[in-house]
Amino acid sequence: MERDAGALRPAVKASDGLDGDSAKDQVEARVVETARFVTLRINRGEANDVSGRWEDYEVPLEPGMVVLDAVLHVQAHSANDLAVRWNCKAAKCGSCSAEVGGMPKLMCKTRLEEFDCSKPILVQPLQTFPRIRDLVTDVSWNYRVNRKITPFRPRTDREWRFYQRDVDRSQEMRKCIECFLCQDVCHVIRYQTQEKPQYFGPRFYVRALGLDAHPMDSANRLRLLQVEGGIGLCNVTKCCTEVCPAGIQITDNAIIPAKERIVDAYQDPLRRLFRKVTGTT
Amino acid sequence: MDKTLTARVSARGLGATERQDRWWVAPAAGALALAVFIVYATWAAFVGTDYEFGPYLSPFYSPYLRPAWFPLSASLIVLWVPLGFRLSCYYYRKVYYRSYFLSPPACDVSEPTRTYTGETAFPLKYLPIMHRWFLYLSILVLLWLWVDALRAFDFGGRFGIGLGTVVMLANVVLLSAFTFGCHALRNAVGGNLRCFSCARGGSLRYGAWRGVTHLTMSHQTWAWLSLYSVGLTDLYIRLCAQGLIHDARLIL
Ligand code: SF4
Ligand code: SF4
Ligand code: FES
Ligand code: FES
Repeated sequence: MERDAGALRPAVKASDGLDGDSAKDQVEARVVETARFVTLRINRGEANDVSGRWEDYEVPLEPGMVVLDAVLHVQAHSANDLAVRWNCKAAKCGSCSAEVGGMPKLMCKTRLEEFDCSKPILVQPLQTFPRIRDLVTDVSWNYRVNRKITPFRPRTDREWRFYQRDVDRSQEMRKCIECFLCQDVCHVIRYQTQEKPQYFGPRFYVRALGLDAHPMDSANRLRLLQVEGGIGLCNVTKCCTEVCPAGIQITDNAIIPAKERIVDAYQDPLRRLFRKVTGTT
Repeated sequence: MDKTLTARVSARGLGATERQDRWWVAPAAGALALAVFIVYATWAAFVGTDYEFGPYLSPFYSPYLRPAWFPLSASLIVLWVPLGFRLSCYYYRKVYYRSYFLSPPACDVSEPTRTYTGETAFPLKYLPIMHRWFLYLSILVLLWLWVDALRAFDFGGRFGIGLGTVVMLANVVLLSAFTFGCHALRNAVGGNLRCFSCARGGSLRYGAWRGVTHLTMSHQTWAWLSLYSVGLTDLYIRLCAQGLIHDARLIL
């Protein structure tokens, strides 16, 4: 069902129901008259259905409407069996992740007005993770990766006092809401088809650096990131940063600092010499 | 990594996407902007003439070294330093990986099917360490460019300011903003510390880290502005030297 750009679509003809009825009817008729519609083209399918099927749904457009509103409207009015996952509707829980217009987004934070509403807007599940049903994907791979990261190991040799500026870097990483949009968009996870070496993905470089940059932590996760975490496969092309709804500077503040620290620790001969001479670590 | 993970979009070949915006604009613009500079810079470096005018010296030919034994254009003695610096820069890596290697061409646009090793294999594996060396050398070259910019105030022993002086000064300011926003520098001055306050000279290092971070966050902007300011500075001096334009004297 294609429709002209921004076409006004009187669902009730102006003359209908207006002869002698109440003022309320007139108001309602006017509201319906100015309603614009948008087509959501939703990719649906059962578990592990790779390509799925595209189905079109019409939704009345309201000012400030987000994609999740539209999807829930479809669920309420046209497709009661449409599976979609959401909780907070406030960009905080990270469960409504999907791909809208071809890019990973939180559906509850993405306004329809960002798109050209005269054309169908594509809504599909995260492409990097296996589908459970319709828009819901199984992101449990991420939880398995998470368990590989050395947990916080508090120092015992120093008093627990530090300044805000010492935890700023760590706190930026704690803003992560685990939506896994960055994991979805990262081309290393998304497109590499051959038997892969290990790769943690941007979300877990964020977690690891958040711990490694904490003033009271004593573990070292650099070797882990380099060998098992495959951070060398990241080619700093910054898609993860572009999509992060928490605004974390993933590449600049987590991945590149981690790469630099790895060079410090294992590659730079000058620093090795410096450490030997000064006896520092 | 589980194979099931990537079953959905894998092996679709180059350029497959559901993106509905004009995603190819940015990589195409990046490819073009780099190519234009490379073509001009290569030509300007190899011609070996018209690189000075009055007190002005083209940044491609600084430091002013003219050893008699060197058979090629004088610019080639130092030009490999800024070249290597930019080639190994984290930001330029992003640009050419996307625009030339198509790896990926844009976010959520599929890349050519091939064995991907990222930055784990020779030679890309050594870019971060090489970048450090190039940073140290580039700071030396930058110092020289500052000297050149100050010399551009000296019109035969008399203080003066020409349009060329302003151009050279602007160029070296932009180059400094680019160089001092380098990620490797950011790490060296303080980024490598786990706890600023616990380290010796911590406040000083924190201050330096903050300063560098400020520039790092707009590294992309400085990268492009300084790249083109180098080219335009050379062009300005070249046109003056060829008598095609007249250098406006602002104060003399
Ligand atoms: S910057 Fe690295 S981690 Fe982030 S999306 Fe690109 S390749 Fe993946
Ligand atoms: S780093 Fe950002 S994009 Fe990635 S999971 Fe966390 S909040 Fe989501
Ligand atoms: S519903 Fe919680 S992030 Fe969208
Ligand atoms: S990261 Fe760009 S110059 Fe070092």
